[in-house]
Amino acid sequence: MASPEVHHLFHNPIADHSFSADRKTLAVARDTTVELYAKVGSAFKLKDELKGHDKTVTSVDIAPNSGRIVSCSQDRNALVWEPSPTGYKPTLVLLRINRAATFVRWSPSETKFAVGSGDRLIAICYFEEENDWWVSKHLKKPIRSTITTVAWHPNSVLLAAGSTDAHARVFSSFIKGVDARPEPGVWGERLPFGTVCGEYLNNSAGWVHSVAFSPSGDALAYAAHDSSITVVYPNGPDQPPKAIVSINTQLLPFMSLIWNGEAEIIAAGYDCEAFRFKGGVDGWQLSGTLEAKGRPGLGDSREESALNMFRQMDLRGKAKDDTQLKTVHQNTITTLRPYESSGASVKKFSSTGVDGRVVIWNT
Amino acid sequence: MVRLTAASSQSLRPYLQAVRSSLTAALCLSNFASQTAERHNVPEVEARTSPEVLLTPLTIARNENERVLIEPSINSIRISIKIKQADEIEHILVHKFTRFLTQRAESFFILRRKPIKGYDISFLITNFHTEEMLKHKLVDFIIQFMEEVDKEISEMKLFLNARARFVAESFLTPFD
Repeated sequence: MASPEVHHLFHNPIADHSFSADRKTLAVARDTTVELYAKVGSAFKLKDELKGHDKTVTSVDIAPNSGRIVSCSQDRNALVWEPSPTGYKPTLVLLRINRAATFVRWSPSETKFAVGSGDRLIAICYFEEENDWWVSKHLKKPIRSTITTVAWHPNSVLLAAGSTDAHARVFSSFIKGVDARPEPGVWGERLPFGTVCGEYLNNSAGWVHSVAFSPSGDALAYAAHDSSITVVYPNGPDQPPKAIVSINTQLLPFMSLIWNGEAEIIAAGYDCEAFRFKGGVDGWQLSGTLEAKGRPGLGDSREESALNMFRQMDLRGKAKDDTQLKTVHQNTITTLRPYESSGASVKKFSSTGVDGRVVIWNT
Repeated sequence: MVRLTAASSQSLRPYLQAVRSSLTAALCLSNFASQTAERHNVPEVEARTSPEVLLTPLTIARNENERVLIEPSINSIRISIKIKQADEIEHILVHKFTRFLTQRAESFFILRRKPIKGYDISFLITNFHTEEMLKHKLVDFIIQFMEEVDKEISEMKLFLNARARFVAESFLTPFD
């Protein structure tokens, strides 16, 4: 397995990141700005700064086909950045929320995006031609706390959301005139706007940090603060789900997860490394870490010389330097994203964390 | 509230180990804006406005005089330490010592200005601290503080007794 590609951008937390479709541009949310990095050779160079928010930017997403960037922030706003020859032009979105916007994702169709917020609602935003304005419709019920994460179903109608009230929910965000009527599937047949297609709570009711639909859209996985991952297999409308598989681990909680095909999940979080889960309807298990232990250049296996030991004790007052973690990321990983996929399986994925590193991993 | 009591009150190590693992698990913090106040981002463990983002507080007690209270929440945790006080002198020494520290709370970053009722010293760690400092080092700091503070207090007490003896001797020499 090839070693991961590590880019250390800065020493600030990266709240979220997104690659453009050609993987030449990387957008990262840093403090109150969105920074655009261009790939020059094997490194990322700062190309542009998108300034428009006045509080911490919480999430950023690039639409793969149109190249539009959407960002949202704790200042209650979301901005759509339209690429133009003179640079990116921001458009304010009419969100109608008055708490922090926490998470934003484009739908696969790129005609809508969903913004999660601390106002206990999700704003589904779409472009209204007659007003030349991004407007929103609210998904309110039965959300009782801050939305921490959202994820789109491949049909661009169903939306999964996780919140700090410990529920992972699946909503319909069907908007007349924007969406084509979806095919009836396991989540439901008729899907008017606001239908709750599923509501799941795990045993210890931890805050949900991440949700993701499987590539087919027929299963939902979510990671919660009790260090567990739960996979739900629905069984058609108004029926109890086929299976709800919960995997409890002894690790620290996971902040983000992605599917790799239908039988593998990759999750990462407070342990600063990515873990692989394998399984299916009849059960899932943790199959190990993606980090190759004892990488070259880490130098922790090397024998310490006595001279070196005394020198360290003299300089720093201690014999061993334990400020470096053994993982690639030196702090919590907050976002995982597929980087290169072939069909449903992910060949490479990227991770960013609080330590300001962007790492591209091979699966 | 959960109360763990170390099996042997004599041994410091299992007590510190319990504190260390609880702190490591509790220090999973993320940036979380207030749900009640617009455009605010406050430590939820202090604001206490949204009950769903607070976790169950945990008390780890070595004996009735020494305990640690850990109150985790989504973006901050509060750690309060009750330092051993066997007698009046130790009580005074602990009071002076913690007062000295809390008056300099700015330069300590994670130190809370006022301890929680029933405890001698409190720390408040927010997600901004874990973002710029290493988490395992923060845990090490708290553990080291707990190790050192007992030593410090008993040393001060010994010194105070020695000094009292010396003073008494020199005062009472004329009456010899």
